[in-house]
Amino acid sequence: MTWALDATLCAMILAVALATVLGRGVFRAIVFFVVYGLLLALAWVRLDAVDVALAEAAIGAGLTGVLFLAAFGRLARSGADAEPPPGRVNIAAALASAALTGALVWAWVALPLPGRPGPELAEALPRAGVENPVTAVLLNFRAWDTLLESVVLLAALVGLWMLARDEAWTEPLGLPQHVRPGGVMASFGRILPPVGVLVGAYVVYVGADRPGGAFQGGTVLAAVGIVAALAGLVRPPRVTRRAWRAALVAGPAVFLAAGLGGAALGAGFLTLPERIAGSAIFAIEIALALSIAVTLAFLVIGPPETGLEDQ
Amino acid sequence: MTDLATHVFTGLGVLFFLAGSVGFLRFPDIFSRLHALTKADNLGLGFIALGVAFQAGSWRQVALLALIWALVLLAAGTVSQLVARHALRERDGR
Amino acid sequence: MTVWLTFMAMGVLVSLAGALVRVWRGPGRADRMTGAQLAGTSGVAVLMLLAPIEGWATLDVAAILALFGALAAVGFVKALSADGGGDPEEEDGDPVPLAGDRND
Repeated sequence: MTWALDATLCAMILAVALATVLGRGVFRAIVFFVVYGLLLALAWVRLDAVDVALAEAAIGAGLTGVLFLAAFGRLARSGADAEPPPGRVNIAAALASAALTGALVWAWVALPLPGRPGPELAEALPRAGVENPVTAVLLNFRAWDTLLESVVLLAALVGLWMLARDEAWTEPLGLPQHVRPGGVMASFGRILPPVGVLVGAYVVYVGADRPGGAFQGGTVLAAVGIVAALAGLVRPPRVTRRAWRAALVAGPAVFLAAGLGGAALGAGFLTLPERIAGSAIFAIEIALALSIAVTLAFLVIGPPETGLEDQ
Repeated sequence: MTDLATHVFTGLGVLFFLAGSVGFLRFPDIFSRLHALTKADNLGLGFIALGVAFQAGSWRQVALLALIWALVLLAAGTVSQLVARHALRERDGR
Repeated sequence: MTVWLTFMAMGVLVSLAGALVRVWRGPGRADRMTGAQLAGTSGVAVLMLLAPIEGWATLDVAAILALFGALAAVGFVKALSADGGGDPEEEDGDPVPLAGDRND
């Protein structure tokens, strides 16, 4: 019976993916893409990858939809949302996509299947300082990858801020938001954040032993921040505020400090000795969750703007 | 006994989901379609949460089910109000 | 019980598949956005039904979906307000007019 559920889910994922790319109209594609992310979260749960499902749910349902819809609104306001006439095919784009798909299929067939890390991981896990194997891999055994990922996020934000206009640099981030006082949107923005912060902190906290962790919890907290900003509850800060800049680099900084601490204790850079591994990972997770939350929220809110109409 | 309750309530819940989808497809305009979403589906979700709660092993899980349902109700109420207002202005604006 | 809950989860997915026809057909943006909202509720229902089978950690995923079920729609009404940061309940300013055909 479970195969029937999986078959239904796979068929729907394929159908929604096709609807996203084949249908005419940007708005329809955006809505189908949001549904696609949601179905993927269900698929990750079926694949027993709850850690990934948590991140997909928060990113797919929380962040990408808002980002794409804001881009759509901007196109509509600047009058640049005209659709291409039907029937015209962009040959270059079609060829590039086909080539990429072909290369991925080739890689899937040609590359050897990675061995499941079962025995080695089970043997090493008691020394990792945490019980959740995903967290053990991310923050201990393969800490290099995670450290570089957190720096990449920061680089992405710096790249986005470069798009700001000179005269807007000292303005708050994003478009000015306003709501009807006491209206539905304002009430929503007041009720949701307390629960959302609780859920986000919980997801970060349980990451050591159960599905969850800095990335998943950080994404939840970022989405909470976006709700609060959209509802006008909080005003996004200015780029020049030092406290917020410190929050952006806190995660990579604590991560690096823990790595150096490992080196100082003789275990080697980014190798956590067993007796401090648990507490070091906990400290990294807290700082990393903070940095990821602030970075993702700022990425969605956008560069500083004066709020004047484009062009 | 608890298994019977789960069968009955989740079955009822799925029926409401199916009814909601039929309404969403068949109703003539956005304002009536919003009713299908906010009424049928959220009642269905409540029944499903109730049915699944009979399988829960701890009160923590039951409380989490209740919290999730409450959050969905909040989301549905907010969305239907805002989307309906938007659709109304879009209709009257042209 | 596993068979029954799996069957029920399939029922919710099938009802969602039916609702997605409305997302495809529209006609208005609000119709499509409502479909995304319905998909979120259906996803929460499926995760609830899978919890006794897959383990109760799926409820954490459901909680996140429920938390941000309204976020996309809030972003939608915001993005299509006159200045990109408004609220459809406010008095001033009309939403962004539709460009080209209504079927986007």
